[in-house]
Amino acid sequence: MNATSLAFSLRDMTGEARTFPTGRPSLICFVKEDCNTCNLAAPVLEAFHRVWGDLADVWMLGQSADGNAILKDRHGLTLPILDDSALRTSLAWGFDIVPAVYWIGADGASRAPLEGFVRQEWEALAQQIAEELKAPGAPLAWADLPDWRPGCGSKHLDPDIHERLLAEAQGSPIRARRIEIASADDIDEFMFDQGFSDGLPVVPPTPERVLRMLSGTTRDPQDIVAVVPPNMAPATVEKIAINAVMAGCRPEYLPVVIAAVEAVCTDEFNMHGVTATTMGASPVLVVSGPIRHRIGMNMKLAALGNGNRANATIGRALRLVVRNLGGARPGGVDRSTLSSPMKFTMCFAEWEEGSPWDPLHVERGFQRDDSVVTAFAMTSGPVQIVDQESRKPDQIAGTLGLGLEGVFLSKIHHMPVDALLVVCPEHVRTLMSEGEYSKARLRERIQAVTSRPLREMVSNDISGAGISLASAAKMTEAQLAAPAPKFANDKFIHIVVAGSDAGKFSAAFHGWVTGAAGSAVVSRKIDC
Amino acid sequence: MTTILDPTDERVPVARQITPRTGDISGVIGLLDISKPRGNILLDELERLLAARYPDVETRRYAKPTFAKPCPTDLRLRIKSECSVLVEALAD
Repeated sequence: MNATSLAFSLRDMTGEARTFPTGRPSLICFVKEDCNTCNLAAPVLEAFHRVWGDLADVWMLGQSADGNAILKDRHGLTLPILDDSALRTSLAWGFDIVPAVYWIGADGASRAPLEGFVRQEWEALAQQIAEELKAPGAPLAWADLPDWRPGCGSKHLDPDIHERLLAEAQGSPIRARRIEIASADDIDEFMFDQGFSDGLPVVPPTPERVLRMLSGTTRDPQDIVAVVPPNMAPATVEKIAINAVMAGCRPEYLPVVIAAVEAVCTDEFNMHGVTATTMGASPVLVVSGPIRHRIGMNMKLAALGNGNRANATIGRALRLVVRNLGGARPGGVDRSTLSSPMKFTMCFAEWEEGSPWDPLHVERGFQRDDSVVTAFAMTSGPVQIVDQESRKPDQIAGTLGLGLEGVFLSKIHHMPVDALLVVCPEHVRTLMSEGEYSKARLRERIQAVTSRPLREMVSNDISGAGISLASAAKMTEAQLAAPAPKFANDKFIHIVVAGSDAGKFSAAFHGWVTGAAGSAVVSRKIDC
Repeated sequence: MTTILDPTDERVPVARQITPRTGDISGVIGLLDISKPRGNILLDELERLLAARYPDVETRRYAKPTFAKPCPTDLRLRIKSECSVLVEALAD
């Protein structure tokens, strides 16, 4: 071991910087205050300092600033006590146990340290030092000291901080806790056992893969993107990247995952409520803008289903972030009665080029060139709306309305609940067959065809759901006859276009409790 | 050895996988001293008791180089190949 490779500059208790190597022989001892053996060693070191201080530097390096002050007072120390509470020097010197004492002779070479206290070793070292310095021995009553005392684990090896120190020393951007899985263990089984998985295999998030994933964003790995409910855990870019690796994402998907985490972790989206509800709500992500093409998202054939890596893994990465960081697990905060396969993943892109309308993100106030992810809290979907016969625009619009009547329960109307309607290209063509058919007109048509007299919502023998008999009894005939559309307001009907050229099958996602008491739709621009 | 990064908020320590307990004492019993002071004394006594109560059982002694670090892979694999059960002495 060469002293120059162990160079440090640390402050002593007077604030003076002490630099090693000093150019003189040195005795360097690492200690921590709450270690009994270090307290045994401190007066011995003090004796060394007093007898050899003119010829050699006898320094004690303490692992906490408060502890140093206590040690000084407790033992009346006059030797320099240096502050290594940052533990960087402890890490660099690489011992395991304190006290760890190093003698660096005039030749600058250091032997392996003495760790703990073995009287015979310390006494031999004292003799060696005296000989090398041609100085008298330390006036210590060695026989009064115990034969040996085990030391304590050095602070820099504390599992809570060791990896961070190591990463800092290596200049690595990674700060997450490293988990070592023995080669005899099955890594996939291990990750299942740890509860890291949604029930399907996950890709092991090795440091190499996470570093590659981090190359997908320019953001600092330690930036906190959001605080994830229900545990209110800070989600750093690095932690999101780890979960994105596990989900199977490619690095270029990472900005979408980050934006999605931002979106669902807002107060408006209310990820806690979405997780906890017995209705089994889950985020449904719609990606808009140029990034759809850049990362190869599917917006056409089978857009809402399996088979596309970006669609599948972006949605899954979000779910894993909420599960692993937020702690949202079925049976824990997730209390879904039945839940939904959307809790594995639900993400797709809008086929903006196949749509006659402004895409979703433009409708929501973004620029067409922006890439945006929009999160909806949905409890059901995609529910097919089948119409292969209608040839007139109003007929198709009417069908889409009737298809949406099933949100929650077809009987219930005037609902302040979001729905996401995914219109397939063939239905779009029929809608446009006689000219422009705006989204506003489609929403009006949906509301018109689903309008039913309020009377039909009153509890009856077929279904007790709806307006209670007691409430109905207080209503006038005119009130009961008033038509009630499915949705309390047109704004609850969200419309996008996706799907293959062939097939007259649209679909709808049904919402959860919408608004301040539940969840609002949230869009976030993707930083790319 | 594979290293992965923790995907959680790190509030909970990583749980160790526990090998299923055998429920009986037979075969070769490994006695692992992790090199904490006096661990050998505990294991000496345990070895004596095992020999007295289970004369058919063979015991083998192992020691980790240091308690401060995980068991070296070579030693772990050796213990695994030579023993049916392992008792690890932890404390000072």
